[in-house]
Amino acid sequence: MPLGAPVALRRLFDEIGTVDAVGVEERVAKYATRSIKTGSKVVGLKLATTMVDLTTLEGKDTPGKVRALCVKGLHPHDDPDIPPVAAVCVYPAMVKHARKVLGYDSPINIASVATAFPSGQAPLRTRLAEVKAAVSDGADEIDMVINRGAFLAGEFGRMQDEIAAVVEACGPATLKVILETSELETYDNIRAASFLAMRVLREGDFIKTSTGKTSSNATLGNNQVMLDAIRDYYLDTGTAIAMKPAGGIKSAKQALTFLVAVKETLGDAWLTNSRYRFGASSLLNDLLRQLVKMKTGTYPAPYVFSEAAGTY
Amino acid sequence: MPVASQKKTAARRRPEPELIFGDLWAFDPAPESADPKLQSRYQLFIGGKFVAPKSRRYFESINPATEKPLAEIALASAKDVDAAYAAATKAAPAWSALPGAERGKYLYRLARLLQDRAREFAVAETLDGGKPIKESRDFDVPMAAAHFFYHAGWADKLAYAFPGATPVPHGVVGQVIPWNFPLLMLAWKIAPALATGNTVVLKPAETTSITALKFAEIVMEAGVPAGVINIVTGAGETGAAVVNHPQAAKVAFTGSTDVGKHIMRSTAGTGKKLTLELGGKAANIVFDDAPIDQAVEGIVNGIFFNQGHVCCAGSRLLVQESVAAKVLTRLRLRVKNLRVGDPMDKNTDIGAINSKAQLDKITELVAAGVDEGAEIYQPECTLPSPGWFFKPTLFSGVEQSHRIAREEIFGPVLSILTFRTTEEAIEKANNSAYGLSAGVWTDKGSRILKMSTALKAGVVWANTYNKFDPASPFGGYKESGFGREGGKQGLADYVKLT
Repeated sequence: MPLGAPVALRRLFDEIGTVDAVGVEERVAKYATRSIKTGSKVVGLKLATTMVDLTTLEGKDTPGKVRALCVKGLHPHDDPDIPPVAAVCVYPAMVKHARKVLGYDSPINIASVATAFPSGQAPLRTRLAEVKAAVSDGADEIDMVINRGAFLAGEFGRMQDEIAAVVEACGPATLKVILETSELETYDNIRAASFLAMRVLREGDFIKTSTGKTSSNATLGNNQVMLDAIRDYYLDTGTAIAMKPAGGIKSAKQALTFLVAVKETLGDAWLTNSRYRFGASSLLNDLLRQLVKMKTGTYPAPYVFSEAAGTY
Repeated sequence: MPVASQKKTAARRRPEPELIFGDLWAFDPAPESADPKLQSRYQLFIGGKFVAPKSRRYFESINPATEKPLAEIALASAKDVDAAYAAATKAAPAWSALPGAERGKYLYRLARLLQDRAREFAVAETLDGGKPIKESRDFDVPMAAAHFFYHAGWADKLAYAFPGATPVPHGVVGQVIPWNFPLLMLAWKIAPALATGNTVVLKPAETTSITALKFAEIVMEAGVPAGVINIVTGAGETGAAVVNHPQAAKVAFTGSTDVGKHIMRSTAGTGKKLTLELGGKAANIVFDDAPIDQAVEGIVNGIFFNQGHVCCAGSRLLVQESVAAKVLTRLRLRVKNLRVGDPMDKNTDIGAINSKAQLDKITELVAAGVDEGAEIYQPECTLPSPGWFFKPTLFSGVEQSHRIAREEIFGPVLSILTFRTTEEAIEKANNSAYGLSAGVWTDKGSRILKMSTALKAGVVWANTYNKFDPASPFGGYKESGFGREGGKQGLADYVKLT
């Protein structure tokens, strides 16, 4: 527990328990020693592909770029065996462009980062208006950022109320709550914020590590703390919350290690894209590269694949 | 709020939530393929070379995962042990007269050669002993090398280890090591003995002699002077000959408490210096403020590491009553994920039991636990056949008087007891014939300090378990033996101070 943690936080820890940082890192280091070969590797790579939220979140995004992203998400590769991704993730202003490309019975979802992403520093009514606009433009999923300021100040009620308000503004859309783990700083805080969020979420909503806009994003460590929190909450309440690590997962090998963590913490029910996602822009091409390698025996050059977003 | 109320009614209708660890994403076998370079027949290593036993007898070393023989091992008779002691005695004056820096060079060389051939040694260790390849690869071999490195560093600094005194080697040291960590125990024994200027006659366990004999190959390669390290193989009789040999100035033994007591009797009055590292029944104590998930991981590491073939294994779990149910649920979930099977598979967490005799002993004690009324939990998993395997086993509702709470099982079997207060935890933890190690899990620093002095155990780990380092002394209280290995304290047992 950090020095000077607010009394409310101490009380919360009494309820949900604390996390030992050294122990978490030791545990997650073991996931990387799992050896995933041949058939299980192909299954894992395909599974990871179906879990990708193919993302472009740049100031220079254009309708054309979003169109390319959507097409890539639908057909990642010429090989018909390779499944489409789970969703494309764009800024709210781009949702209608994505919807135009994908139509209304698309096999992939449109996710949009709303609530004044990435800082969240806008009045609540503005943030809620943004969410409603994105949903009415056709977003299936909303990625919101929590009010880290409120959390760190110990105003947990306010943080939860804001999430609850966004839940309502979402209507039928799935909500993903971004904790921005690097700004919460400790594993204890990440566990606390996960619980606070889950308590106002609906079954099937997500908690998500980060915006991808800070220096440190998804790590095996914070992924594990959140998976443990999801498991504890599920065993206590029966409500299954989903999980999305985002940012910094670039290689297929990393993705497989994250999946091992899911497999060994939450089990089979979470090995599906309705319960687990990767927020990534460049991961998809490495997954494809490995899948092609498994089929043909040689690694294709990166330029063989179409550009998804930003870099290869 | 409508959302929340909907959620509540939905939750009430649902059946009890459970997690399913099925085979939706099954891992393919990932066998280790390195060549262990085994010989079909191993001789004794005496006076710097391999020699046939005078007994002309050999026995088989069996791979516990397949029950198939791996190699023939020479059976050393009393005459062979005599020859080994003669070689060691002859080599002793010159070896102890070497400047410490020179002895250090040999130790460094042994460490580096072990590292060079790490994979080969890891595979040999796993084939011979049954432990998972990931443990021999990531723990046994690197740690064995670390012990040689550490003691190489001491060799020329002994004057600083014992300020104001002159350390003098004992002479020839007779050493007998167990089958659970064949290579590591060899390193723990040989490295400090050599660093302090002793010569050694070492007997590995009869079921796991192969890596010691492979180590003898390294000894030759490193050019260690003939007779400084002698390795004789065989069973109990050979061990008795090593321990009782008149030329043994010091005896070091790691193994069972029964044999340890026997050795104490037989060396009494002979003037031999003796250190014993014997059995254990460690308490792993979890307080209600502990980080539960990390504690569960530590419990698993404490008892299932090396199939529980660890003398300091945390085989008695003491949980504070208020969190007992929670810890037990999490522990069961975690144990479901342990992969039991072929030790050569890189994904295996729990390998084979070292011998048929050991498997029978575990089976018998587990049956006793069931008879005495403890509640048993074993995950659903299929054990390979042939091979000697045992499912990871949790016993809850265990009482202090149960055999499974008192006797060392030396297998993947955990006995779970509860306590209410700190004093009760200390009392229960210390209520054991043994005292080798203990673990404490709590968020409260002052409680860790209190427990570390109140627990009668050689090592107390706080918020972790089974951590080893060459610089940290290891050894027991009560029937867990005496003397320390590792650190400055370990060195002290290998010298006379004048």
